[in-house]
Amino acid sequence: MKYMLMMNAPGNGPYQIASWPHQDLVRHIQFMKSFAKKLTAAGELVTAEGLSGPDQAKRVRAGNDGKPITDGVFPEAKEFLAGYWIVQVDSAERAYQIAAEASAAPGKGGAPLNMPIEVREVMSAPPSDWEQ
Amino acid sequence: MAALDAAHQNLLRTLAPEVLGILCRRTKDFAAAEDAVQEALVAAAQQWPAEGLPAHPRAWLLQVASRRLTDEARMAIARRAREQIVVSLVPAEEQVVVGADDGAEVLDDDSLALLFMCCHPSLSPASAIALTLRAVAGLTTAEIGRAFLVPEATMAQRISRAKQAIKDSAVGFERPGPEVFAARLDAVMHVLYLLFSEGYAASSGDAVVRTDLSGEALRVTRLLHRLVPDEPEVSGLLALLLLTDARRAARTGPGGELVPLDQQDRSLWDRRAIAEGVALLDAALPLGRPGPYQLQAAVAALHDEAPDAAHTDWPQILALYEVLRGLSDNPMVELNHAIATAMVYGPAAGLTLLDQLAGDARLAGTHRLDAVRAHLMERAGDAAGAIALYRRAAGRTASVVEREYLLAHAARLQDGLA
Repeated sequence: MKYMLMMNAPGNGPYQIASWPHQDLVRHIQFMKSFAKKLTAAGELVTAEGLSGPDQAKRVRAGNDGKPITDGVFPEAKEFLAGYWIVQVDSAERAYQIAAEASAAPGKGGAPLNMPIEVREVMSAPPSDWEQ
Repeated sequence: MAALDAAHQNLLRTLAPEVLGILCRRTKDFAAAEDAVQEALVAAAQQWPAEGLPAHPRAWLLQVASRRLTDEARMAIARRAREQIVVSLVPAEEQVVVGADDGAEVLDDDSLALLFMCCHPSLSPASAIALTLRAVAGLTTAEIGRAFLVPEATMAQRISRAKQAIKDSAVGFERPGPEVFAARLDAVMHVLYLLFSEGYAASSGDAVVRTDLSGEALRVTRLLHRLVPDEPEVSGLLALLLLTDARRAARTGPGGELVPLDQQDRSLWDRRAIAEGVALLDAALPLGRPGPYQLQAAVAALHDEAPDAAHTDWPQILALYEVLRGLSDNPMVELNHAIATAMVYGPAAGLTLLDQLAGDARLAGTHRLDAVRAHLMERAGDAAGAIALYRRAAGRTASVVEREYLLAHAARLQDGLA
């Protein structure tokens, strides 16, 4: 089973880590790197990506002519997708475990952030005999 | 199954463009010839380890690839024959004759024609890069996909669309005539430069093992240089890639973090690559036909030859950027020129130049202008201003390692203020 683990950053400005002291910033980055390495070594990581900040985000809609209408900066947003992992695991419980580990990434002063991680199962293709 | 060892792998990939060149010349069908050569390469990778290296590897590959082409042609004829009784007057097996190995001169002409075809200006840079990696560098689609972190099927589609574009635009398999030769050569050099940059940026990524794109760019540029030895800009490009790649081991720290030039451990620099690059440049510059690649290589050489950052010959670098500015209208050159100016005349002089660049639409919204300005402000003693701009640059870069570098740098400055 595949699960998508989404890490949401609060607010709509630049990421909070941008204003952390050097030591805290480096510790957080190191944690994220070794976390990805560990998941890879366990054969559980499918992919992981970090996204650029909300200030770079655009919302796009098609106009009546089908051309894109873009819209930027979202003052109403309370949180923003900052990055995600897709993991392949044997159970939902394992996905939750991984999410909890990510949630506890070190924050300012090294204390765990305990940030919310949204866990969603990735839909799969139907089994090959589905049509029979 | 035994795997192909590195020497044989290398041989295979050197022969790939030669065999493809011969087939292209004979069949005039690049797309089909390219598929046939890929199949021959796969066959070789499977059979050579078990059966040993054939006595004439190139002839072996040519024969296998030709047979595939003949089979294809025969099937195509059979398909057509079922619908209408039209049979080619020339038997399929005679359309591709496996002769003795062609002479070295012809092989070189073919390789060059192949490069010109894959780097044709009608292709997008991404397509040209993918096609060059497959047809000239002899990489498999899977390897190219891994290098660009896309699924193999996606890369296969990109390559087949590039081949279709070549077919549609009727790009000939030939050495371009003298009236367009310079422009077409520029296009080839540009693709190789982009390929190298792609690899250079990727090599700083962490755990993921990506195909060594910079190494591939170097390999193909060496080939180009062998084929066009009397073109000083080709020497300049090869020199630039060597002099830049020489610093690769020092570019990243133990945690994969970016190490800027002035803080690199210069004992890690590859002295042999530097010597080779400098020698190429020493031979090219006296020809008196300077160009952007030779000049950028000259800048890289000055950095590489400085015993430490403090002894960098900045006045000379500034002079080179002055000449470069006259040759091209490139905002990156302008940024580097501002940095060199700051190193010679102080940060205020550099910042004045940056102010003039603020209106340049090509730099608007990119992180580079912010990052350079932050750097000069830091040197000028304006830590608070620098921190804000480093952070803004971090928010704008699309590179993870660069973002981490910029954030870490800003955080360290912030710590110093507290």
